[in-house]
Amino acid sequence: MSGYKNTGYEVVIGLEVHVELNTATKIFCSCSTAFGAAPNTQVCPVCSGMPGVLPVLNQKVLEKGVAVGLATNCSITQKCKFDRKNYFYPDLPKAYQTSQLYLPLCRNGYLEIETEGGVKKVRIHEIHMEEDAGKLNHEAQSGHTLIDFNRCGVPLLEIVSEPDMTSAEEVLAYLEKLKSTLEYLNVSDCKMQEGSMRADVNLSVRKVGAAELGTRTETKNMNSFKAIARAIEYEIFRQIEVLEDGGQVQQETRRWDDEKGIGYAMRNKENAHDYRYFPEPDLAPINISDAWLAEIRAAIPELPDQKKERYVQDYKLSAYDAAQLTRYRRLAELFESTVQLGGQPKEAANLLIGDCLRLLNADGREPADLQLAPESLAALLKLVAAGTINKTTAKNVFEQIYAHNVDPVAYVKENGLEMVSDDGALDAMIDEVIAANPKSVADYQGGKKAALGFLVGQIMKATKGKADAGKVNAKLAEKLSK
Amino acid sequence: MQYETAAQIRQALAAGQTTAARQTEAYLAQIAKYDGVYHCYNTINEQAAEQAAEFDKQGDKEGPLAGVPVAIKDNLATEAMPTTCSSKILQGFISPYDATVVQKLQAAGAIILGKTNMDEFAMGSTTETSYTGATKNPWDTGHVPGGSSGGSAAAVAAGEAPLALGSDTGGSIRQPCAYCGLTGIKPTYGAVSRYGLLAYGSSLDQIGPIAHTAEDCALLLQVIAGYDEKDSTSKKDVQFDFAAALQNADLRGKKIGLPLNYLGDGLDAEIKAAILAAAEQFAALGAELCEFEMPMIEYAVPAYYIIACAEASSNLSRYDGIKYGYHPERFADLEDLYLTARSEGFGLEVKRRIMLGTFALSSGYYDAYYQKALKVRALISREFDKAFAQYDAILSPVAPTCAPALNASLDDPLAMYLSDIYTVSVNLVGIPAISLPCGFSAAGLPIGMQLLGAHFDEEMLVKLAAAYQQKTDWHLKKPQLKEAE
Repeated sequence: MSGYKNTGYEVVIGLEVHVELNTATKIFCSCSTAFGAAPNTQVCPVCSGMPGVLPVLNQKVLEKGVAVGLATNCSITQKCKFDRKNYFYPDLPKAYQTSQLYLPLCRNGYLEIETEGGVKKVRIHEIHMEEDAGKLNHEAQSGHTLIDFNRCGVPLLEIVSEPDMTSAEEVLAYLEKLKSTLEYLNVSDCKMQEGSMRADVNLSVRKVGAAELGTRTETKNMNSFKAIARAIEYEIFRQIEVLEDGGQVQQETRRWDDEKGIGYAMRNKENAHDYRYFPEPDLAPINISDAWLAEIRAAIPELPDQKKERYVQDYKLSAYDAAQLTRYRRLAELFESTVQLGGQPKEAANLLIGDCLRLLNADGREPADLQLAPESLAALLKLVAAGTINKTTAKNVFEQIYAHNVDPVAYVKENGLEMVSDDGALDAMIDEVIAANPKSVADYQGGKKAALGFLVGQIMKATKGKADAGKVNAKLAEKLSK
Repeated sequence: MQYETAAQIRQALAAGQTTAARQTEAYLAQIAKYDGVYHCYNTINEQAAEQAAEFDKQGDKEGPLAGVPVAIKDNLATEAMPTTCSSKILQGFISPYDATVVQKLQAAGAIILGKTNMDEFAMGSTTETSYTGATKNPWDTGHVPGGSSGGSAAAVAAGEAPLALGSDTGGSIRQPCAYCGLTGIKPTYGAVSRYGLLAYGSSLDQIGPIAHTAEDCALLLQVIAGYDEKDSTSKKDVQFDFAAALQNADLRGKKIGLPLNYLGDGLDAEIKAAILAAAEQFAALGAELCEFEMPMIEYAVPAYYIIACAEASSNLSRYDGIKYGYHPERFADLEDLYLTARSEGFGLEVKRRIMLGTFALSSGYYDAYYQKALKVRALISREFDKAFAQYDAILSPVAPTCAPALNASLDDPLAMYLSDIYTVSVNLVGIPAISLPCGFSAAGLPIGMQLLGAHFDEEMLVKLAAAYQQKTDWHLKKPQLKEAE
């Protein structure tokens, strides 16, 4: 069987990603956008939709939106405007969301992702600006629903892809790429847990080779990349099962319950909202001048793909290492600073990709949260390069830097971690170990090469891990072959 | 004594012949005496007398409206008084902020007398759709004052205010002025900040002055006009200066277009005669009158009602019974709360327009109605651009008849909508227009005319109107007021 995981079906996925922009103030008023404030403390007549108020566009929103469009290879709609999306819900105090339908800010872009089959372009249909809604808090005790308008008017970009993805892996690669691009542009925190990045998945399946697209569903409410991957897998197999049972997939909006690991239908097509979009009369049409566009373009920093290429060129890193380093803006910054301070590039990369990412993963933290100083990393790498400490010690010292940002030079000195560099002392220890392990020595000399590893281990133990393992190996082999 | 115009009050104040307190008290006394009959006000400013006394003590006497009492329409947000739009759904609602025009009035030294009655949410041409009851025409209590700014107009006509602010979405300043023998300006869209005007049709609404004279209108307009950073549809660098326009009554070299098709079928013969007489008066003042045609006017009313109702259906969605205003005591669930609050809180005409607008924007109908209306709007704009390339102003009737009798309009909404034929295209195009009295019917009801100008050419309109008022006395006529029995 061919198709997705040999099911005979292929999968078609498009994404609608919402990201909250990290502007200091809201999109149409000057209220703060800070996350986590007490309910209804960041509201004014404008964002709470009091009668008679008017919106005024925050130019920073426009600027960040344009930057995202340029970084994702979109064409910018220099004469664009806002539209109203009308629906009733208590978290939407005006009963319409000011958004863009007819003339979105950006169109026809793409992002490149790495797939098993090589580099793939995922096309971006459009990117538009809109305002976020408030939050409803259901109080279990009283049974009341309370409204918090703090989030009302926080600026959002909605990034709509074409249905170009065919698996959860591709979706994650796209989201990772998008997230890293947004991080590089410093336009969003992209924290799924806090809701500053949300993705709705439009998904359909069809028999391999079928010309027509299948009926699609839209799945919402995933708050991590992992949940997105699970929701996609679930929805793929649900749709295949429906079709295999002779049924039809219903066009509907579905909600993912990550705790239970299931998705369920929220709204079908008949109950779909008619949003009655029409041009927002309260905001003058936007005109982005060529000069301003050029200014924003010039201010775009080096993006992950360009950086990656440069790392391969300039630092002779492998494409894999370069990709890993450039995925996160903070990691790339640390790498470049460390190298600038005299750290050897390959070693610096190993430290950041290997040890650093491993530790972050274990702690469930993001590279953006890293506190450590590049000066410490450079100093650590210099200690290794100078032969002051060996690689095992370096790993341990790095953990201290990661956790407590210690000064590696002082730390190594205080804890006596310098390598045993005195050849006489090392020779004596090797002789001691040879004398104490006649059986292993005999095994090695009888052809069991693995016995050498055991002996090296014994010597390293005797030096408390402070010897140069390569040197120990060489010396031991030499002594045993005599 | 109670002075009748802002210009007179300012002069008397400057000469020390009166005080803000005395004028304010005189107007409050007039309100106490007559408002029971005419019902111009929804709310009287209880602090007005006190504020006027305070102003006499330490107010800035140089302000352009120093010590002048002003009435404002009840769709302008005020912190100190309720803002209700004459709707049940906003009874008792207190705005957390003041509209920009209210701040400007206060900064100019005006004393606010109260909030005037209006058609509910400015939807109507008679002030009869008000939840608080109809306003009566001071010229004949058996007739409506027009609408939707009927309370503001009747207040000025009945001497319950020398000046008033109204709002004009499709004629709501100009038509009540015509029915009540007053002068009023619908400013260019973007000339006056809409921040704090409870929206009806956002792309059409403008706040403007209602007064006895063009001079008073100019005074009030100059105070409220100008860019506001809170309204991004307000125009930058608007700076009216009406001084020159008010001084020079020589109209030589001015060209006034007279669209003949505005004077055809459906126009009351008495009004037609008054308009033609006014045209002769302008000619006598030196202007050149040029007859032409404006065929697109036929499509103005349908285009206007689609756009205005579409915008209104969205603007009025926020009145949902949850955050402020009318909240039903009983409801089953969220949807029932919405349904009950809005079914009980809105009046019939408002509901009709919300439904019309919702329909026009619905998927499958948008292109046929809303989109088409926008195209018509663009065509009408083009026709006006062409006209203003040739003429300094256009002379037109305001309404096809004089003020209708009470209770004669609401049963036939279509006929009521069609009576807006001469006023709505001004809002669709966004140009300014001034409405001023030019005669009386045999039954003794005022007749008005309007002059339409190019965008931001308010000074031209004031010049023409002031020149006309120097040679005529229609604007000086006063109704015989009735006291409450």
